Amino acid sequence: MADVALRKVVKRYDDVEAVRGIDLDIADHEFIVLVGPSGCGKSTTLRMIAGLEDISDGDIMIDGDVVNDVPPKDRDIAMVFQNYALYPHMTVAENMSFGLRLKHYPKAEIKARVTEAARLLDITDLIDRKPKQLSGGQRQRVAMGRAIVRNPKVFLFDEPLSNLDAKLRVQMRIEIKKVHQKVRTTTVYVTHDQVEAMTLADRVVVMNKGRIEQIGTPNELYHKPATRFVAGFIGSPAMNFLPCRLEDVGGTLQIRLTDRIAFALPPARAARYNALPRTDKLLLGLRPEHLTESHAHLEPGVESFDTVLDVTEPMGMETLVYFGLDGTPVCGRVNPNAGAKDGAPMRLAMDLNNMHLLNEATGVVL
Amino acid sequence: MADVVVERGRVARATGARKGSSLRNALGRKSTVAFFLTLPLILLILLLVLYPALYSVHLATLNKAMTKFVGLSNFTFLFKRETFWMVVRQSCIFAITAVVFKALIGFIVAHFVHNIPAKGQRKWRGMLLVPWVIPPAMSTLAWLWLFDPSYSAFNYTLSFFGVGPIPWLGDTFWARFSVILVNVWYGAPFFMIMYLAALKSVPDQLYEAAEIDGANWWQKIWHITLPMMRNIIAITTLFSLIVTFANFDIVRILTSGGPLDTTHLFATWAFQVGIQSSDIPLGACVSLFMVPILAVAAIFILRDVNKRGNEA
Repeated sequence: MADVALRKVVKRYDDVEAVRGIDLDIADHEFIVLVGPSGCGKSTTLRMIAGLEDISDGDIMIDGDVVNDVPPKDRDIAMVFQNYALYPHMTVAENMSFGLRLKHYPKAEIKARVTEAARLLDITDLIDRKPKQLSGGQRQRVAMGRAIVRNPKVFLFDEPLSNLDAKLRVQMRIEIKKVHQKVRTTTVYVTHDQVEAMTLADRVVVMNKGRIEQIGTPNELYHKPATRFVAGFIGSPAMNFLPCRLEDVGGTLQIRLTDRIAFALPPARAARYNALPRTDKLLLGLRPEHLTESHAHLEPGVESFDTVLDVTEPMGMETLVYFGLDGTPVCGRVNPNAGAKDGAPMRLAMDLNNMHLLNEATGVVL
Repeated sequence: MADVVVERGRVARATGARKGSSLRNALGRKSTVAFFLTLPLILLILLLVLYPALYSVHLATLNKAMTKFVGLSNFTFLFKRETFWMVVRQSCIFAITAVVFKALIGFIVAHFVHNIPAKGQRKWRGMLLVPWVIPPAMSTLAWLWLFDPSYSAFNYTLSFFGVGPIPWLGDTFWARFSVILVNVWYGAPFFMIMYLAALKSVPDQLYEAAEIDGANWWQKIWHITLPMMRNIIAITTLFSLIVTFANFDIVRILTSGGPLDTTHLFATWAFQVGIQSSDIPLGACVSLFMVPILAVAAIFILRDVNKRGNEA
């Protein structure tokens, strides 16, 4: 159990900067998820914490001690790899106990720890098998078991679920969460899957191009994204971005989306955006769930408009509708009984109480 | 009456059809097709391996003039000769020592080459393979000059340190040393290239996992590299053991078995007895002794490979 801190950590490969100065504080017992598209530096960051990659610049601290030059074996960490990296010639029990055997733990204690971890992960029956005789999910459990028996200061997970099929992934996600609730070891988890990030994390670190875009709880990231990248990356289907500008019409602040469509902003929003220059090119950020079918009695701040749908996707509990506004593709989520049909006209409602306004040039959420 | 005839005709036709279809069935069966497809190879093996092998067994049972069947008396004659047992001992020492050093050097060099960055690796791999690529008869001639007792590069260099001259090929110990040295020089690249391929097939993440589990470099070799390479090591060793045991050219060129037969191997002694002393049956008899010794080694090593193959 320990806290981890990264101070201006940089990783350079020849002349490419993979990680460009990362600052991150991870509290004891915390479950942190690093998420971002491939090539954003999240795995490199994790491998630097593990000590598998050298740090070009900056400091990494575990439990207050700078570990820049400490080899992985002396950092007291455990790592679960994407392809499990189980030793193929060892049984499950031997795989799990390998680290303890290297450190010459007494046999009885090794056995006790392996038994306990196997029980926790529900792999007691598999203890004498070789990795080849296990399914993907079982291998994943063994890899976690190998980490747990060591009782390390920090768990590191490098995309541990990406080799599993969709159903198993959901199941193992829940397993990992359960294990963390029981073991409470500080965890750093890397994934490119934003659903995994949202469901597992105490706090999510969104990375892009070697930098941290935003750190926050899953809800903060979802409801208060700081940048266009975070807004677009978190949430599925992704947030819509509509080019727009602000106008003053008769003393009220309006947002104009197309020549045809303009809405008065709700008072709270109007107050917030009033100081913005009217000439700025802006983007309206709106999640699909805030674009729904229109009702007879709309709440204040919810505005309706007519459009023609291009495509509809019935998902069962909802129907996704796709249409264009001045050439920008937009996605909305409507009730499956609302009668949405491909190519048919439909009246939709836009919930401006949940809108985001972004500067198009800088990508900053205003 | 008429009914019966009709019946018979039908029966006859039916059995005829059954015969035809059973032939077609036999031809259509996968195992039959497989047999015919492998037939050319089987014939080739019969012609080039089995026939000579059986012929040499036949030869070994004839008298020196090859006119009379003498049963096993060639063998009993061999057992009584001191030189034969010397050759058995020497062949074992030669093969085992040479293979151990080849494997050891091959393993170490393979590790070095594996750790060279990919760019320069090909160059080194190519250069290190050179000893194995040169026809051994030629390279051994070069070694013969290096080992020359009076004006060779070795003894000349050693003279600066006040050592020597060493009778490289004239003294029993040094002659055996030289013969093994050249064999190791010639054979180590084969081990190197096989081990290098095996090393490359071990996933890096296993080493990373072991590193995180707390393994030092030696523990990584002992617990990861060696177990992962076990099959390749076993097969390469077996291959090399067979080839080294049956070595002819190096010994023939360097020492011709001397001094006083102390570097003779089965092959060179069989050549001397059979061809040079024109006792072909006795020569065949000597070379047949390699078969049981190598068969035992092959069975042991391949059994282990099969077992590992099933569990890995």
